[in-house]
Amino acid sequence: MPFKIAIASGKGGTGKTLLATNLADYISQGVDTLLVDLDVEEPNDFIFIEGTNVNSVDQVKMIPSWNERQCTLCGNCARTCKYNAVIQLGTFIAVFNELCHSCYACSELCPANALPMKAFKMGETRTFSKGRLTFIESRLEIGEEQAVPLIRKTIIMADEIFHSIPFQIYDCPPGTSCPVVAATRHADLVILVTEPTPFGLNDLKLAVETMQDLGKPVGVVINRDGIGNSEVEDFCTREQLPVLAKIPFDREIAQRYSKGELVYNEVTNVKNALRKIASFVEKHFNP
Amino acid sequence: MNEIVILSGKGGTGKTSITASLAVLAGNDAVIADCDVDAANMHLLLNPDFGTTIEFFSGELAVINQKQCTRCRKCEDACRFNAIGYADKKMQVIPIDCEGCGYCEIVCPTRAITMSERKSGNVFISNTKAGSKMVHARLDIGAENSGKLVARVKNEARSLAVAGNKAFVIIDGAPGIGCPVVSSLAGANYVLLVTEPTMSGLHDLKRICAVIRKFRIKAGCIINKWDLNEKKTTEIKQFLQNEQIEQLTDIPYDIRFTNAMTKGKTIVEVPSPYRQILHRIWNEIKSQLPK
Repeated sequence: MPFKIAIASGKGGTGKTLLATNLADYISQGVDTLLVDLDVEEPNDFIFIEGTNVNSVDQVKMIPSWNERQCTLCGNCARTCKYNAVIQLGTFIAVFNELCHSCYACSELCPANALPMKAFKMGETRTFSKGRLTFIESRLEIGEEQAVPLIRKTIIMADEIFHSIPFQIYDCPPGTSCPVVAATRHADLVILVTEPTPFGLNDLKLAVETMQDLGKPVGVVINRDGIGNSEVEDFCTREQLPVLAKIPFDREIAQRYSKGELVYNEVTNVKNALRKIASFVEKHFNP
Repeated sequence: MNEIVILSGKGGTGKTSITASLAVLAGNDAVIADCDVDAANMHLLLNPDFGTTIEFFSGELAVINQKQCTRCRKCEDACRFNAIGYADKKMQVIPIDCEGCGYCEIVCPTRAITMSERKSGNVFISNTKAGSKMVHARLDIGAENSGKLVARVKNEARSLAVAGNKAFVIIDGAPGIGCPVVSSLAGANYVLLVTEPTMSGLHDLKRICAVIRKFRIKAGCIINKWDLNEKKTTEIKQFLQNEQIEQLTDIPYDIRFTNAMTKGKTIVEVPSPYRQILHRIWNEIKSQLPK
């Protein structure tokens, strides 16, 4: 069984991508590693991982499509759909792809078989290879509003194809709602990246609550340590959340990050932080 | 009444700090809406009083009446979300997986399943320290439909603006390009983009601009922390020019933003040149709005 770490944060821009990409690259120096970018609305990991593109596949979701000739206009489909994705307008049945949750109810309950399910592209998953690191990234099509189906598909694909890779890192979307739940559910450990500011603290609290709700073990990484105040650390002490590492605020990190570079080989503080995280994982989880 | 939405694509670019500053500058002329309901932060800077709380219901959840259930498992077969399973000798719904489609309710031969309304968060209507009304929300943990909650927050803010005869609704949007963002864009008159000169910042800016283009809304952009990477800043400016998005100003990386935030203040409430700069931006945005 592979060991899966999800890297998440309530607040965006705290350093999730920085940590996920650097940790994955660092760990892959010693062991086969999988990095999965699940921030499908705004995937960024690929910027930092200069791998070779192995393949690309379209990800589809199933959407009902109206067959006018078979339709008796009974209206059952429109009454069934809870998402207003299927609407009857006079003698016309309209399907709104972006509202559809692919529950199949309208299609399978249609007495005239007039709404067969058809594949509709919602995004794309690309696989890259770099040494002992395998990297997969999914990106949502512009205009497609639901991230969760694509996140789920990506996780299923990772499980099916890459279950033999022992160490896996999942870079999650920001926030605390359904996409984050979908992205963290299967993880053995969730690392929450935060910054020592009131925004960072507020969103860390929300994220911790979400993860406790899911029953996930949590570790915290404090990025940009030195700015703001000590309230994030006080909170972690109070809540008995392990602080796995602190990455000091450093302009050099920000500058290298801005250029799309991995930083751990150049910035000792980052390498030390990664080392601490790796040894925490080894000590407590023995993957 | 005009609606101004502040967006960034990427998180952590300074969107909320800028939005709260504009809220302070606009004072009583505006109603404020925090549509980043997933990770709402604006209340930390605007000191709202959480005056009114409204429970928010959205979507449905399948509930099984065990007395009527014959464990025929037709519901389990119908469910595409693996949200119903057989455990402890009964059929059980896993609430976090249930998407409320109601398929199980329809196929149940003994009518043992009913769909119940699902509470997914709270909406708050507050008075802020800037003298304005603010609508904000908190989504329950892991809840769905943050797009619908965004729409609710916006609608409450709109009604308050109309009732109070306010000129503006200032909306802090969510990161990303998905349903909360699309929901916060609907009906907007102007989009203010806040980006940063990083590869990720530009990449996400391009994706959010593709969404804005679909809506055909006028947009302007602030490049925050511009001095982190001057080359990338130039690249962003070029991109903005091609997109016909007005580049409003550059703001350097300045620890004073964080220091102000730590004190619960916006940058325009502490000594710095940014009060004047953001004041100019606010006037510029106002001049771009339909009369």
